[in-house]
This record gives sequence, structure tokens and C-alpha cells, in this order.
Amino acid sequence: MKRVEALEAIYPELEGRAVITIMGAVAAELHSLGHRESFFYLEHAMGLASSMGLGVALARPDLGVVVLDGDGSILMNLGSLTTIARYRPPNLVHVVFDNEVLLSVGRSFTTATATGSDVAAVAAAAGVPVTGTYRDPAPFARAFRDAVAAPGPATLVAKVDPSGPASYFVDVHMLENRFQFQRWLTAPTASREGAS
Amino acid sequence: MPVSETSSRTVYDALKACGVRLVSALPETWLVHLVAFAEDDPEMTLVRLAKEEEGVGISAGAHLAGVRSAMLMQNHGLLASVNGIVSLAQLYRIPLLMLVSYRGEMGEEHPWQTEGGGVTRPVLDALRVPHVVLREPGNAERRLRQAQTLAEAALRPVAVLLTRDLMWEQG
Repeated sequence: MKRVEALEAIYPELEGRAVITIMGAVAAELHSLGHRESFFYLEHAMGLASSMGLGVALARPDLGVVVLDGDGSILMNLGSLTTIARYRPPNLVHVVFDNEVLLSVGRSFTTATATGSDVAAVAAAAGVPVTGTYRDPAPFARAFRDAVAAPGPATLVAKVDPSGPASYFVDVHMLENRFQFQRWLTAPTASREGAS
Repeated sequence: MPVSETSSRTVYDALKACGVRLVSALPETWLVHLVAFAEDDPEMTLVRLAKEEEGVGISAGAHLAGVRSAMLMQNHGLLASVNGIVSLAQLYRIPLLMLVSYRGEMGEEHPWQTEGGGVTRPVLDALRVPHVVLREPGNAERRLRQAQTLAEAALRPVAVLLTRDLMWEQG
């Protein structure tokens, strides 16, 4: 499946949840579906989106938190899976879009998932209680809906094509995005309900 | 164990007085009491890390969600966290409070700590991370409060270096 199809399939479920994405195609494609104040695009610091998601999830146990990660990024910070498993935030759903390549720099530099490393199996072995690998949008979306509805954490791997948008430009400045996200996170619950 | 429990308690109380409610840590000998205090404190969330750089991400998330946090690590952990400090905490203006045990100074008996000791402050200077070297328990609360105040005013990482004189009761 295409990554953007997977994102479209779960987009409605992102409402009212804090979403942290990695840089590049994931950020640009989520943004292209419609920016929300609850979306934070981590445009650098490769590997740390899952750690940031853990920080938000621990600080706000009342709030659903979704991390939209990639294979290259999580492979840089596999220890994060063990830390997530250790503290088991029930409100964290960690999606890994696995295209088996570092797409931002072309298609020639494959990651270890191209030669058989299985991120969902690594997450399961780390102790993440809910894991799975999905190749089509409908089963992926179903697993995502189940994961956000039940206590987690979950690591869901979506196998996606090594293709992305024509441009990685996200028309929200990094700092604008940062302060907007912080405001959304710290706003009183009453005013956050129904926000999009 | 000659790690100073008294100084550790003073530093921990100072952290609490700063409003810190989440500590991410990868301990070493000098930090064992601090980690134990965090573990035993029902008001504190302790996150034991696999690698220190994770803590930059966790603190960034906690900050944006309205919880004050600190990182507790050895100076070699600081060295292992440099990209996170630059590409998350500095790029995104996160007031990251780092408590760093300053191994490899005068009196260091372990050869493996000495290279890191020699580069710690030059690296902090190169990163433009304001830092204070804490040698006396008497001014710990004031120094930590000042570090936290600067971090939040500047929206930047700051480091407090915990020295041998403070943390170790021998040599």
C-alpha cells in the first residue's frame, strides 16, 4: 500500500489525539491530508519521535497519543521500544511505516527491514503488548482503531511502498508548529473537546 | 559506598523545589542515590532509559505537555545525546534541564573516564549550552533554580555539572 493510503485510512481516528510524526514523507503526507493543531512534525532528531511520544503519554495519561514513525527512524533508537515496553503507557499507539529504505535520500540505501529484520517482532520481543504487521489499508485501519480503543501500548507496522510526495515541504514553521502543539496539549480539557 | 547521600538528597530536594516531576535517567555510581530517591518518590515519574538520548525526546514531550522534567546522566551520556540536544532541544526551543555527573576531573581514578572528562565543558561550550559546575551542597538549590529559570527564559537546554567534591566522600 501507499503510505498516504494508510494515513487516509486512520486520519479520522487522529482527531482529539496528540500525533507526533517523523520528518520527510510522513510529515508532508499527513499535513497534505489536513493540518490539525494536535499534529507535531518532528523535522529532525531522527529516532526520537517514539521517545517524544512516550514523554507526552507519560505526562498526559488522560490523552491518546499516536506516534507516526518510520523504519529508518526506529532502527536508530531500538532501545526506545524497550523503554516503551517497560513503562507500558496504555495511551500510546506507535505506528511504524516500513518502506525498507531511507527514502529521503533516494531509494538506494535500504534499511535492515529489506533484508528481513522484523520491527513488529522486535517490538513484541521487547515487551510491547500489542504488535502487528499490515500490508493493506483496511486491516491496518482496523488494527489501529482496535489499538486506540484498548489499553496499549501498541506498535503497528504498516508495510508501505518506497514512494513519497513530490515535495516534503510542510507549510507550518517548525516553531509555529511547536508552540501550537504545546498550546493544544496544555489547553483545558473542556476547550479541547471537539477541537480538530 | 562513598557516594554522598547527603549531597544527593540536597540535589534531589532542589530538583523537587524547581517543580520537576519527571526524571529520565541512566545512572552511574555517583547517581545511585538520586535515582533511588526518584524511584521512591510517589510524586516523581522515573523513566529508566536504555540510552541517554531517549531522555531528550521524553523531556521534550513532557515539556510540551506541561510537565517539568530533568535528565540525570553521566557526562558520557551527555556526549551520547548531542544530536538530540542540537536537533530537538535546541532546534525546537525546549528548556531541557540536564544534571550531569562530571567524571574525569582531577582525582579521577578510572582511566576510562578521563577522556570524557576532558571534553565535557568544551563540548557544552561548542553547543552553546549554558552550564554551571556544582561543587558545594550549600548552593545547590540556588544553582538548580537559576539553571531552571534560565532554561525556561531562554527556551534552551542548560546543564548542571555534579562534581567529585559534591558527590564523592573520598579522594
